[in-house]
Amino acid sequence: MTAADFRILPCGDAALSVEFGAAIDPVLNDRVLALDRLIAARRPAAIIETVPTYRALLVAYDPCAAGFDEMARTLSELAAAPPAAAVTGRRWRVPVVYGGEFGVDLDAVARATALTTAEVIALHARGDYRVYMIGFTPGFTYLGGLDERLALSRRDEPRLATPSGTVSIGGGQAAIQCLAGPSGWHLLGRTPARTFHPARTPVFLIEPGDHVSFVAVAAREWDALDRAAQAGEPVAELIA
Amino acid sequence: MSALVVGETGPLTSVQDAGRFGAQRYGLAPSGAMDRDALASANALAGQPPGAAAIEIGPFGARLVARGGVYVGLAGAEREALVDSRAIAMNSGLWLDDGATLTLKVARGALFSYVAVAGGLSGEPMFGSLSVNARAGLGSPYPRPLGPGDVLEINAPASPWNPVARSLPRERGEGPIRVVLGPQDDYFDAAALDLFLTSEWRVSPQSDRMGYRLDGPRLSHARGANIVSDGTVTGHIQVPGNGQPLVLMPDRGTTGGYPKIATIIGADLGRFAQTPPGGAVRFRSVTVAEAQDAARRHAADLAALAQRVVVAGAPSLEALMSGNLAGQAVSALDAATWQDVAPGPVPGSGGKS
Repeated sequence: MTAADFRILPCGDAALSVEFGAAIDPVLNDRVLALDRLIAARRPAAIIETVPTYRALLVAYDPCAAGFDEMARTLSELAAAPPAAAVTGRRWRVPVVYGGEFGVDLDAVARATALTTAEVIALHARGDYRVYMIGFTPGFTYLGGLDERLALSRRDEPRLATPSGTVSIGGGQAAIQCLAGPSGWHLLGRTPARTFHPARTPVFLIEPGDHVSFVAVAAREWDALDRAAQAGEPVAELIA
Repeated sequence: MSALVVGETGPLTSVQDAGRFGAQRYGLAPSGAMDRDALASANALAGQPPGAAAIEIGPFGARLVARGGVYVGLAGAEREALVDSRAIAMNSGLWLDDGATLTLKVARGALFSYVAVAGGLSGEPMFGSLSVNARAGLGSPYPRPLGPGDVLEINAPASPWNPVARSLPRERGEGPIRVVLGPQDDYFDAAALDLFLTSEWRVSPQSDRMGYRLDGPRLSHARGANIVSDGTVTGHIQVPGNGQPLVLMPDRGTTGGYPKIATIIGADLGRFAQTPPGGAVRFRSVTVAEAQDAARRHAADLAALAQRVVVAGAPSLEALMSGNLAGQAVSALDAATWQDVAPGPVPGSGGKS
């Protein structure tokens, strides 16, 4: 085995982090997802759950079943193995009502980027976004692949309250935020699709490693789509 | 079906169990009891498994009314407790007659107490848990903190449960809260790490089920205050740009973008969670191997709680072990209480199980 190009760091007595790098990078994220899938396939007995993120995999385990050194050995072998195949996620097309009360920052983003609002919507919607991770709050979907022309630093004053389904951009990233909550990003629109819906099967719609693009829908369609989503329809379209 | 009906309650009272695991990859926090040791004690007193769902009573207390007879186990933060107007002790198990009111007043020196019930709370688990996660709208039977009029139905015990009074000697570690440094201790220089480990910290009033802020000296970063977001565990100690540590608790965000200087070990998490606002905390660094030795001892202690429960009138297991008192232990059980209960093993009745 060559020198490992990943680090295994303890997170207390019942978890560890396999860290593949320190950047937001699809190659690093592929390695995270490949290790995650290997663990899911092999199911080492001591592992309770895994949390894939941009460039690290958190592994929660039972210290009564395996010590840190044993877990580190097991995971080192898995992490060093060449990926069997590139991770291919599903592709989703997510409806968004852009602008107005649905996306209160659309006009400001257009001004800041010297684009028209129609151009901002077109650039945002047609992007091919990778789901780097889902985290922080249920269904909060972190997307990479934003067109560079839309890259803006975060708002100076984060908002304490933003609505459920908020579709936003910040830095070089985009996001779908499922639950209402605070946000320092720029709000372009809102999707009726629920990435998290406790009363639906599946409870969570999108997986880490999936791909997302958006499609603009008219504000007058919101109510019907929102009702369908509340009733358990995915509303987001699975296109591959 | 017997039940506990909520008469009144302060905020921060909710159904909690050992937590909801398996969906952190989708951003869903585990939630669960803030003090799992006290949860396990309450459950041991009511004949339930250590992680079974119970009512987590917040610092301001609650009043619960029994509908049908209910056997409850009480543990956790010390507070004045009454059945109707009769004072009862915490860390005890007792029978509530139909209509009896259990009153738990303001917590003293700690925050959370637990009311477990023989038979267990009835509910629909999601990802294996009844725990309330109010932000996510999850939890059963109510996906929110409890309020007046809420009815918590109770399952019939799977095996007969002797409704005699029980008690459980309370033991809790003392001294600094143990931490394992990292995973991002390399974002801090030796002086900041030393300051973290030698300072007295105070739990800020700006603390909740998501996280406890710590007031104390400002911890400066050697390599910046931002990392590319990665996964979190309960007990992670994040240091954001303002240098004020934030300890992540069971309703935490599942990912975070601040360096984590250290992680509180599982064996000390319950004790830390009981620290009230203004309470002092110190940290001591241990190795992963030491932390995992502590985890194994802690798991064994929780598994043995049921054997340490003392049935009213019976000498403790320790007393039995130290002398020839086994005969007294059997006679100390009031035979009358067994009339309607089929013979079966009684956890903690004084014998070895």
